[in-house]
Amino acid sequence: MKLMKTCLTALISSLMIFSPMAYADKWSDQFPHIKATGDIPGDCSYEKMSKKNYKGKTLKINTHAIPVMGEPTALHAEQFEKLTGAKVEVTHTPAGDLYSKAMVPFQAGQAPYDVVFGFSNFINDWKRYLAPVPKKYMNSPEMKDVTKSHMGVSSWDGTMYQYPVDGDRHYLKYRKDVIDNPEMQKKYKADTGNELRVPRTWKEYAQMAKYFNDWDWDGDGEKEYGSAEVMKKDDLMFAAFFSRSVAYAKNPRTPGGFFFDLETMKPNINNPGFVEALTDWVEATKYVPPGGTNFGLGDEIGSFGGGQTLFSFSWDDAFIAAMQDDSPIKNKVGAAPLPGADKVWNRASNSWENQYNQAPYIVWGWAVGVAKKSKVKDMAFDYLCFFSNGANHQADLAIGRFGVNPFKNSDFDPNIYINSMGWDPEIANSYTQTLLDMEKSNNRVFPLRVPGVFEFTSAVATGTSKALAGQLSPQEALDEVAKEWEAIVSRVGKKAVQDAYAVGVKMEDNKL
Amino acid sequence: MNFKHKYFFLFPGLFVLIGILIFPIIFVVRLSLSGWNSYNPGLDYIGLENYIRLFTDDPRFWESFFRLSFLSVTTVILQYVIGFALAHMVWKDIKFKRFFRVLFLVPMMTTPVIMTVIWRTFFHESLGPVNDLLSVFGVAPKWLTDPVVAKFTVIIVEVWQWTPFMFLLLLAGLLSLPREPFLAAAIDGASPVRKFIYVTFPLMAPISIGAIIIRLIEASKIMDTVYVLTSGGPGTSTETSSFYIFIKGLREFQMGYAASMSFTYLIIMIISLTIIAKVLTKVLLKE
Repeated sequence: MKLMKTCLTALISSLMIFSPMAYADKWSDQFPHIKATGDIPGDCSYEKMSKKNYKGKTLKINTHAIPVMGEPTALHAEQFEKLTGAKVEVTHTPAGDLYSKAMVPFQAGQAPYDVVFGFSNFINDWKRYLAPVPKKYMNSPEMKDVTKSHMGVSSWDGTMYQYPVDGDRHYLKYRKDVIDNPEMQKKYKADTGNELRVPRTWKEYAQMAKYFNDWDWDGDGEKEYGSAEVMKKDDLMFAAFFSRSVAYAKNPRTPGGFFFDLETMKPNINNPGFVEALTDWVEATKYVPPGGTNFGLGDEIGSFGGGQTLFSFSWDDAFIAAMQDDSPIKNKVGAAPLPGADKVWNRASNSWENQYNQAPYIVWGWAVGVAKKSKVKDMAFDYLCFFSNGANHQADLAIGRFGVNPFKNSDFDPNIYINSMGWDPEIANSYTQTLLDMEKSNNRVFPLRVPGVFEFTSAVATGTSKALAGQLSPQEALDEVAKEWEAIVSRVGKKAVQDAYAVGVKMEDNKL
Repeated sequence: MNFKHKYFFLFPGLFVLIGILIFPIIFVVRLSLSGWNSYNPGLDYIGLENYIRLFTDDPRFWESFFRLSFLSVTTVILQYVIGFALAHMVWKDIKFKRFFRVLFLVPMMTTPVIMTVIWRTFFHESLGPVNDLLSVFGVAPKWLTDPVVAKFTVIIVEVWQWTPFMFLLLLAGLLSLPREPFLAAAIDGASPVRKFIYVTFPLMAPISIGAIIIRLIEASKIMDTVYVLTSGGPGTSTETSSFYIFIKGLREFQMGYAASMSFTYLIIMIISLTIIAKVLTKVLLKE
């Protein structure tokens, strides 16, 4: 009897353990992309999608160029076609033109694309042309798993217009094999008198980056450099600048706006906090690789991911690229919150507060919506739901060039990265903990999401790039930006900008 | 006899002219009098507000215009000199003349954006082969990150891409020249240099003026090279008028304002190119 019981238990256990795999294999044989996990049950799983019939219907998608976001869009479109019989036409567009490619037909009352990819900060300009995400999807278990921050980023005043497919934030990436290396720590201490550790402030970041600049510190026969950053004009550089500014200018004791004073709509962009950050950034041009001041996001990913620099900060992509199997620095990198500062500007008292401050930047990221005028909205939402189903999402997370980053609570389980991606447990833990801490912080900065957002960010890119090129001093450059921002507010209408900005401020002040 | 029906034959041409030339210009003028932007789409009427802003509160437009003038004049002069030299070379009876004629045209046949991406890779300061080679001599120019050098990088790429066009026009001109003046010069014992200065160059003047003007029109629209190579940076050091209009129109979506800049730019170009053509005619043809 005891033997029978044991056999029965073993049989049931085996069935429980292996049945998901058997289920998974059915789909992973056909779709190798999900071979690590197989299909994961859910509302938009492979199994569920295979039961839909969209034969004779065509879905038109405008997405980013390959690979970042463009490659997973095309891949999941192909899978969706095979599963549902639909025809999916994917158009690839450079990042800088995504806004206008959708906006021109939107304004002309047309919908040449059913699904449009863009950035989450387009939401204010795009929302009137997008269909809200239907309740059916809002109530799905997958959607319930999306973090509060990213539900907020995808929504406008409680209505979700952008389907979450990606989660973005800026954080610090560093070479763990250098920073944690006792020999390097000793050498650094002897040469500088300071501790070599994960930088807590931007000043420490600069000291270490300068020290490790322009010499072969990893013994590979080639010179390495201090930091890789997105500094190329108009190539997302404004986001890098905000990442450096939050430490000096986001004061938890002065709620009511990081970019503007919400009450007066006077720009904060040229206050001493932002000027200090830009001064640091100008200094950073001395410790980036040759040509580093012309680095776009792709260059930054390649530079840090290829082992060329000690530090980097921006989206996840460089970190994921560094942790891929083909990377020369796999399991040699660490993640940490953005550096802070030993002082923070108080715009209420108009003075510096000499205390440590750190603020996470939940930067805008990839977002996607369904055109209100689309004639195949159901299919479009099904496609998006399929795009980010459990299996696709986990597989996409493992591929740096895809640009798909964690945005679900379940993504912060380090075992995902340890088991399916071969990450060192310590690195996986520090990575997930860094992201999780940002979600929990009460001093977060969210992207600017106001009407005419591109005018504001373009003015920042122009002003800061003039400072980096030495055409203007940091104060002059930001004064110019502030003047331009005031002109934009006046053109758009103070009330329109103020009302929209208030939504973002509520999130920053933890009131939403 | 009533020949009124003959006017019907003009309609197809007029229709095309109105559709592809007159209507877009009128629409741009109308657009320039509106405040069309991302948050306020539509042809509202704001009078001359955009033009007032352009002339009184936008030094960046004028800076980009003067930068464009420098870049286009420099590139066209270099293209003319190099193009003339190459055309002169293959005009003569040299070995592999046909091969060189085709070879010199290759850059023009390539797609400008793709070639600029390749040039950007060449000039990449840490990964590109140009600085890798130059490091042997201990130099590493900041091709794309120094405000002055970056201008010359744009010039190099533009000259490489469009010299073949100049070469093609000038070679066609050289091949069509009459033989008699050259025979007369040879009988008089003129040296090759004197032959060039007193015979070839003056005979080529009309075609030179045409080639220069065509290239100036094209060069004054420098956009793709700047877009791919530098994005107008470092700072605004390589930003040209067309790139600036592109930023305002299609990046920031200030359609009304971008239209006012486009129309102003069109007027300036028509006036300045007419003056340049007159001056060149006067100088080269000694009218």
